[in-house]
Amino acid sequence: MSIIEFKGVSKAFDSVKVLDGLDFKVEKGEILAIVGPSGTGKSVTLKHIVGLLDPDRGEVTVEGKPRIGYLFQSGALLAWLTVYENVALPLKETTRLKEDEIDRLVRDALKEVGLEDAAEKYPGEISGGMQKRAGLARAIVRKADIVLYDEPTSGLDPVTTITIHRLIKKLNRDHGITSIVVTHDIQGALHLADRIMLLKDGKAVETAKVDEFVHSANPAVQEFLTAMKGEIK
Amino acid sequence: MKFVRDIGAAGKIGLGTFLLFPTVFRSRDSRAEFSHQLYKTGISTLPVVTVVSLFTGMIMALQVGLELRRFNQEIYLGAAVMISLIREMAPFSCGLCLASCVGSAIAAELGTMKVNDEIDALRIMSISPLKFLAVPRVLALCVMAPLLAFYCCVIGTVGGGVVGATQLGVDFGQYMSSAINIAERKDLFVGLVKALVFGWTIGVVAVAEGLGTKLGATGVGRSTQRSVIVNFLLILMFGYMITRLCYQ
Repeated sequence: MSIIEFKGVSKAFDSVKVLDGLDFKVEKGEILAIVGPSGTGKSVTLKHIVGLLDPDRGEVTVEGKPRIGYLFQSGALLAWLTVYENVALPLKETTRLKEDEIDRLVRDALKEVGLEDAAEKYPGEISGGMQKRAGLARAIVRKADIVLYDEPTSGLDPVTTITIHRLIKKLNRDHGITSIVVTHDIQGALHLADRIMLLKDGKAVETAKVDEFVHSANPAVQEFLTAMKGEIK
Repeated sequence: MKFVRDIGAAGKIGLGTFLLFPTVFRSRDSRAEFSHQLYKTGISTLPVVTVVSLFTGMIMALQVGLELRRFNQEIYLGAAVMISLIREMAPFSCGLCLASCVGSAIAAELGTMKVNDEIDALRIMSISPLKFLAVPRVLALCVMAPLLAFYCCVIGTVGGGVVGATQLGVDFGQYMSSAINIAERKDLFVGLVKALVFGWTIGVVAVAEGLGTKLGATGVGRSTQRSVIVNFLLILMFGYMITRLCYQ
């Protein structure tokens, strides 16, 4: 059952076409990795799902009213709030929960991402990887049904990258969170995702399960995989 | 066309913050944030405002006093300084201080948040950036601007009195009595209204520029600069319009 569907979505910024008739579906409970070269509209796709952008043409459908969390590339934590306060922010501002209930949910989310000890630290006092984990705790604290990850491992060392990948998988497995991961890291995508979608020139040129994607005869996929292998070497 | 769009965006923010003002008092966190903004707006700009208003009063006393001395009318020095300060110079110099110290900081802060995706993050969490970020800042400016303008007026008058006493031979007591006797309620009211309008304008322009930031660090610099320039121009224009309206 698909929870998100794009039908012929096009988007341009000042005459530069970023999405050009994009069609794809996301199944409930799956991890979909969106890969592709820079500037092909991967982040723009995510922003359409949460309503930060509206399509010029086409339609984006999100089934039901799911709670959506979003992990930004930078973590997007508020610098003047501690990690705890950042994670508590959506609960304090958008719910009428009592203080002790908020505290319990925040502690649970921090525990989930392994940041219990950094609760009282400010974003400037923790590493990039910890900032992303804090951003992830904030994304899931309202019991998100869908989490969108925008380059969750960019700029991180390999060990932290693996930690983040494990977290994404764990959240998907333990809580059935539907996940869409935008990434440049093809190795990570192969390891992490149920399906991979390759975006090129604003279109989905291939969407397939990991094994099928790797062995795809689509020249665009092979070209991308070859380019990525070169980069990894 | 861009100018019209900018005015439209500032208008929306101005109206939105006005409608959302009561939300500042609804929760403990909002009140704490508002208090913090009051401190940042009022207390932290106090040294600059003090120096600017002191020298404004001193310069005015010297210029006006030298002219009055030619006609042996130094006894009116206090009145002249007070009228200029209370009606124009106090809200004006206070407005310029707030635009350059506080408005620029707000534009830079919100601009940085915009390019770091923090504003989008708030929207995704269903938190209105207007309510969460703009309202406490604009309201703090509306509260502190009239208070600072009054403070400016007091310090400027005292500065003028010191110059009058030490360099123009005007008795300080006589100077103060002349200054206090000339000031009418209407003058005080108009001066405070001007300061309130300036505070509101500075806040709304700074928030609009900050939230409208594009193009990374360069964009933050541009928004900060534009916020100061636009505020300076609007302070001059609104100052003239209020004077024209109240003293025809």
